[in-house]
Amino acid sequence: MAFDPLLADIRFGCGRSPVIAPPSGVEEMLTRLTGPDAAAAQFPVPGYDMLSAKQAEFARQRREIKPVKDKARRDKMQAAYREMYMREIKELRREHRLWLWNQMMRRAHTEDGLRERLVAFWADHFAASGKNAVFNLSVAPSHEDTIRPHLTGRFADLVKAVMTQPLMLHFLDQTTSRGPNSQMAQKKKGGGLNENLARELMELHTLGVDGPYTQADVRELAELLAGLSIGADFSFLFRPALAEPGAETVLGRSYGGPGEARLEDVLQVLDDLATHPVTARHIARKLAVHFVADTPDPALVDHVAARFEETGGQLDAVYGALLEHPAAWDPAPGNVKRPLDFIGSALRLFAVPPDSRAGRQPGIQGDLLRAPLMLMGQPWDEPPGPEGWPEEDEAWVSPQRLAARVRWAWTAPSVLMEDLPDPRALLTLAVGDRVDEALDFAVKAAADRTEGVALVLCSPAFQRM
Amino acid sequence: MAGKTLDRRKFLTRSLLLGCSAAASPLWTPVSFAAAPWDARMVVIILRGAMDGLDVVQPWGDPAFAQLRPGAPRPGTEGGPKDLDGYFALHPGLARLMPLWRAGELGFVHAVSTPYRDKRSHFTGQDILEAGVADEAASVRSDGWLNRMLQQVPGVTAETTYAIGRGDMLLTRGTAPVSDWSPDASLGIDASALRRMDVMMHEDPLFRDNLGEAIVLSGLADSAALSVGDMAGDMAGDMAGGMTGDMAMSGGASPRRELKEMAAAARNSGVAQIAAFAAEKLRGDARIASFSLNGWDTHASQERTIAAPLERLESVILGLKEGLGPIWGKTGVIAMTEFGRTAATNGTGGTDHGTGGAMLLAGGALRGGKVYGDWPGLAEEALYVRRDLMPTRDVRAHAAWIMRGLFGLSIPDLEAAIFPGLEMGSEPGLVL
Repeated sequence: MAFDPLLADIRFGCGRSPVIAPPSGVEEMLTRLTGPDAAAAQFPVPGYDMLSAKQAEFARQRREIKPVKDKARRDKMQAAYREMYMREIKELRREHRLWLWNQMMRRAHTEDGLRERLVAFWADHFAASGKNAVFNLSVAPSHEDTIRPHLTGRFADLVKAVMTQPLMLHFLDQTTSRGPNSQMAQKKKGGGLNENLARELMELHTLGVDGPYTQADVRELAELLAGLSIGADFSFLFRPALAEPGAETVLGRSYGGPGEARLEDVLQVLDDLATHPVTARHIARKLAVHFVADTPDPALVDHVAARFEETGGQLDAVYGALLEHPAAWDPAPGNVKRPLDFIGSALRLFAVPPDSRAGRQPGIQGDLLRAPLMLMGQPWDEPPGPEGWPEEDEAWVSPQRLAARVRWAWTAPSVLMEDLPDPRALLTLAVGDRVDEALDFAVKAAADRTEGVALVLCSPAFQRM
Repeated sequence: MAGKTLDRRKFLTRSLLLGCSAAASPLWTPVSFAAAPWDARMVVIILRGAMDGLDVVQPWGDPAFAQLRPGAPRPGTEGGPKDLDGYFALHPGLARLMPLWRAGELGFVHAVSTPYRDKRSHFTGQDILEAGVADEAASVRSDGWLNRMLQQVPGVTAETTYAIGRGDMLLTRGTAPVSDWSPDASLGIDASALRRMDVMMHEDPLFRDNLGEAIVLSGLADSAALSVGDMAGDMAGDMAGGMTGDMAMSGGASPRRELKEMAAAARNSGVAQIAAFAAEKLRGDARIASFSLNGWDTHASQERTIAAPLERLESVILGLKEGLGPIWGKTGVIAMTEFGRTAATNGTGGTDHGTGGAMLLAGGALRGGKVYGDWPGLAEEALYVRRDLMPTRDVRAHAAWIMRGLFGLSIPDLEAAIFPGLEMGSEPGLVL
């Protein structure tokens, strides 16, 4: 089992394209991955700054209204504020649909499919979503800032970027946590620790649920993290006044000490958790499960974990270990595509132009992408919880979710394109030598192009990685 | 791969005589619904995210409660909790259920949990709850207790049990047939295309079986089912018609309109639809329905964040009662969660992951109007590791006694096959 350009596209990329050649080997995949992020430049999604500026402006206006004593005047200001807020949110939601379209266009037109897949992998590993209107819209922008730039660096740097990301601090309630003996807790009665981020950091992001930590470690880590917060400008802020004074012990190592709490101590514990050998194994296994098989070859996991440990979690080397292992290139069709991969690879298969009708009309984008993703079980940027989306094939191919895929395959291509391609040629392009006689027969027997194209998209050969 | 250009006649012979007939696809075999094994109905609701039992069923009779939950409005105050029995009070977010409580159609079990302890992971906790097993090591098993229950009963068909929602649940996974469906799903394609799709998916059991279920559940089986003879004729027609030239573009319904309909279905699918769908099925041949309600992970500002999940729970129970009509009297609803939350509020007005929690019971077949359980007290030394409500009984025991009461399952089956390692203990008398 060795490198196969078809699998490079299907299993490690965004699918097959009629206009973009697959990579020639693992080396080229890694060269593209470590090169410039061309897809992001071509199909932009704004960073979180854009939304923090909005949040800060909303907060400023609310602060102006609060002290106004005259009730009539205050009511009037409040009504004006509400109108402005609703208008802004509506406009942001319209743009938000365009970000999803642009993300899909990256998948459709990139020469570096592995990058998009890895962004999705880490976005899922560090799953977070918003709990208010603006944070709801800040999921994709946060990934632009924290995931894309750290994709091929050290895992520890990726962890640090995410743990200082306002979305994550908001999502896991870190913004309201404070050390029980912190300056803030002493000044204002009430307020205290929230364990949520500390627990998920060890359970999900680094060590894994079977990791060597206890409730006491969760508690101590929560105390150590207490200073992580969001400032008045809605960007990250470390607030020593919220931090628990003194040292905390996590996994037997002591962090911090007398004097004002320091962000460096938090970064140190993140570094230690991110480079822990148990983390190496957890991440290696997760990569293998996500890209290769629900039950991966243990030799593959060992190989990737060893590279993680040797390099201290240098991610491009870790991906290299995954891609160079023969088990990664098992020709048998692998995992079922998630809905985002399914739709993305269909758009790529058709090489849907960015300026097509759907690209110009946000209303169509909603019906074409957002709603179907929901019915297929993967509403965009709304993961079920901090654990992210399930990996098992069975989770994605239930009768109701499969029905949504079938319905989409029947309708969306005709909305995306004025002329549908010949299904027989499409089949060869889409799945190469995975065509078996039943599939070949069914596509040729299709009543019309709509059905033929739908059968190609619904075929297990296309739906599996 | 050999035989890629196999001619159609040969292919047809092979797939018709060997493959398809062996797999009993609903397209080839008429679907028949056997009579249901019993008359009683059960609805199992999984409350994901760890519902705070102490907030939902508030123990105001316990002197420590007010200190653990400072600022909580007391029973009898405006917008405060509703007194249940002088000791416990119901969260005001479930106030619309009070008529059910008074009618004996709503009850609770307090201070219960699964055997899971200490690590307090939602995901492991939910796996243990749904697998119905005693410990983490056993939670890797791939079937759920509700499915294993079905395996004990003769005459169970896919129509007996509905797992409702867009996701799939470990609770109902296993070898017994279960219908997974969502009220917003549909297939919307014609019968001959479905048959081609069925042929194409045939070698991949995951796709083939789920397509088969989708065809039945979307009500297409009747229109799509053809005898093998008809099918062969149909395929022969295809051949004679010659799909070898340029394929025609489709006419028919507008794909844009279809997509719009799909989007509308996705938007309108809430708990009301789930309750109505479950009720519709339970009025017919179905006997068991199961689904999840999310959003219970109230780490901060709980007063605000628990309102929405409570409203969904309240609506779904009222929706079931309304939709079931007279069948409500034969129905037992149980709602259970992976664990409880800390006894004390945390520093952010919420609660963190805990241990003991509460279970909700509803329906005319259950004996409501009572908070069951051995109350361990909330004094610090009475708490589990001085932190969480101490579980005094395994939540599985109550589920087991309810299934014994509703369906007559034997204690050995319940303690060995359905909930391995469970000791059911004394009969709590939950079923009328």
